[in-house]
Amino acid sequence: MAEKMELREVEVWDGNHAAAQALRQVQVDVVAAYPITPSTPIVEGYAKFLADGYVEGEFVMVESEHAAMSGCIGASAAGGRVATATSSQGLALMVETLYQAAGMRLPIILNIVNRALAAPLNVNGDHSDMYLCRDSGWIQLNAFSPQGAYDLNFIAFKISEDHDIRIPSIINQDGFMTSHTAQGVATLDDDTAFNFVGEFKPMNDMLDLEHPVTHGVQAEEDWHFEHKARQHNDMMTKVMPKIEKTFAEFEALTGRKYSVVESYDMEDAELCVVCTGTSVETARVVATQLRADGIKAGVVGIRVFRPFPFEQIAAALDGIKAVAVLDRSAPGGAPGALFNEISSALYSRDNRPLISGYIYGLGGRDLTRAHLVDLYSELQANADAGKVLTPLQQFIGVRGPKLSYL
Amino acid sequence: MQDNGWNDFEIGAMLRSFDGAVSDIANTQQEDRAYSSSNSFTASVADWRIEKPVFNKDFCIDCQFCWIYCPDISIIARDKKMVGIDYDHCKGCGICVEVCPTNPKSLLMFIERADEDKALTEWPSKEEK
Repeated sequence: MAEKMELREVEVWDGNHAAAQALRQVQVDVVAAYPITPSTPIVEGYAKFLADGYVEGEFVMVESEHAAMSGCIGASAAGGRVATATSSQGLALMVETLYQAAGMRLPIILNIVNRALAAPLNVNGDHSDMYLCRDSGWIQLNAFSPQGAYDLNFIAFKISEDHDIRIPSIINQDGFMTSHTAQGVATLDDDTAFNFVGEFKPMNDMLDLEHPVTHGVQAEEDWHFEHKARQHNDMMTKVMPKIEKTFAEFEALTGRKYSVVESYDMEDAELCVVCTGTSVETARVVATQLRADGIKAGVVGIRVFRPFPFEQIAAALDGIKAVAVLDRSAPGGAPGALFNEISSALYSRDNRPLISGYIYGLGGRDLTRAHLVDLYSELQANADAGKVLTPLQQFIGVRGPKLSYL
Repeated sequence: MQDNGWNDFEIGAMLRSFDGAVSDIANTQQEDRAYSSSNSFTASVADWRIEKPVFNKDFCIDCQFCWIYCPDISIIARDKKMVGIDYDHCKGCGICVEVCPTNPKSLLMFIERADEDKALTEWPSKEEK
């Protein structure tokens, strides 16, 4: 039996340590990992807990991130509780195997500490890597703080491992701003944490020698489409209710409430910023400050990015006059990824708001309160005019002549 | 299985080898195993073969070389006696012919459409060294 660890009710942890503690508390059987900044302390933390006797499992050192997820796929198909972590370039190398894991319906948990993609090489936080795997078929949950990184791990295991779901989950947290910023994290004791997720229940595991199975089969034009259709159907119909149920169970246990779409001061809001990651907390500070000046500002944070909360977004933004969508990734010749998603959720609604997009924070560039104050004043102008007065895509926080498109 | 809809499959890119539970499978002959319809044992996977091996039992010494070397488990043998070839799974690679040590060989390659009885009448005689 693994040793128990005594935790204070509130510990001072950064996002990486919070995630590592969660992996220990659910007693992950196998972590196959190839460490990369800024996610390294997550797998390093699991390895230390293992070496010190606080977890019963196995740490597999591999030669690349592609091999890391491949090892996780093998261990998961064999019938173990499996997790790993990565960032940026490592995730880019891992992407091929992400599609395999999702198609094989293996409930692996991947902590992504979001970081920019080269070139130029950069270790700091943006969301380029998050969007890199948006169509990979994984559930994606976004943490805004170390507390979220801790809590969402338990929630993710419970969702993914359900035999009706069996879809892997990614937990995103912002590189350095969450991963390396120590904050108070309310903890669960080891037994409570483990019991929330429960014992791992294998399904079609390769170590069940009485029921031999072949995992990862080939299916050409005769069956491939049916498998992909089933995967998408389960994502679209089963996952969101399971997420909402698990959020409710977690709230009943801990008092900490998570929502698919995190609305802040939205009841009577006229102006709204939609974003994800640590920027949500910055936007909330600014919205509160603007409320004191009589500006009806609200914030919508994207907690669940996949499956995309189409209905919940439309409901949260119903009746809002002007919305700004913030994208923290280089759009590569298109509107921002989040801008496109939000726009598609709103387009067919009668009461849709004015919508404009902003590219910000690439490679760890700060998003300041002043940026957001200016942004809300542009939204106010749009709302007053009854039309979008700015280009649909603007860059904020970048030096040089102002950039705007569309 | 051929016409299964998307909702008819078990989840995951996963196929079962057998219908129901199995035990001691290594000591069960293939004809006694409950292979599932999704197992390739129950399907022909040889339709692209252009040459086939033909077995002539008159010269076979049951050395089992062909059985050992066949990369597709397509040599049928029972009680260490050569029985024949599984034409549903043989790809026609010719390795069995290559490793056959008898003179003349007990296995020879013929074109796919060749009649097997006729092939046996055309078998070469012993080669003088």
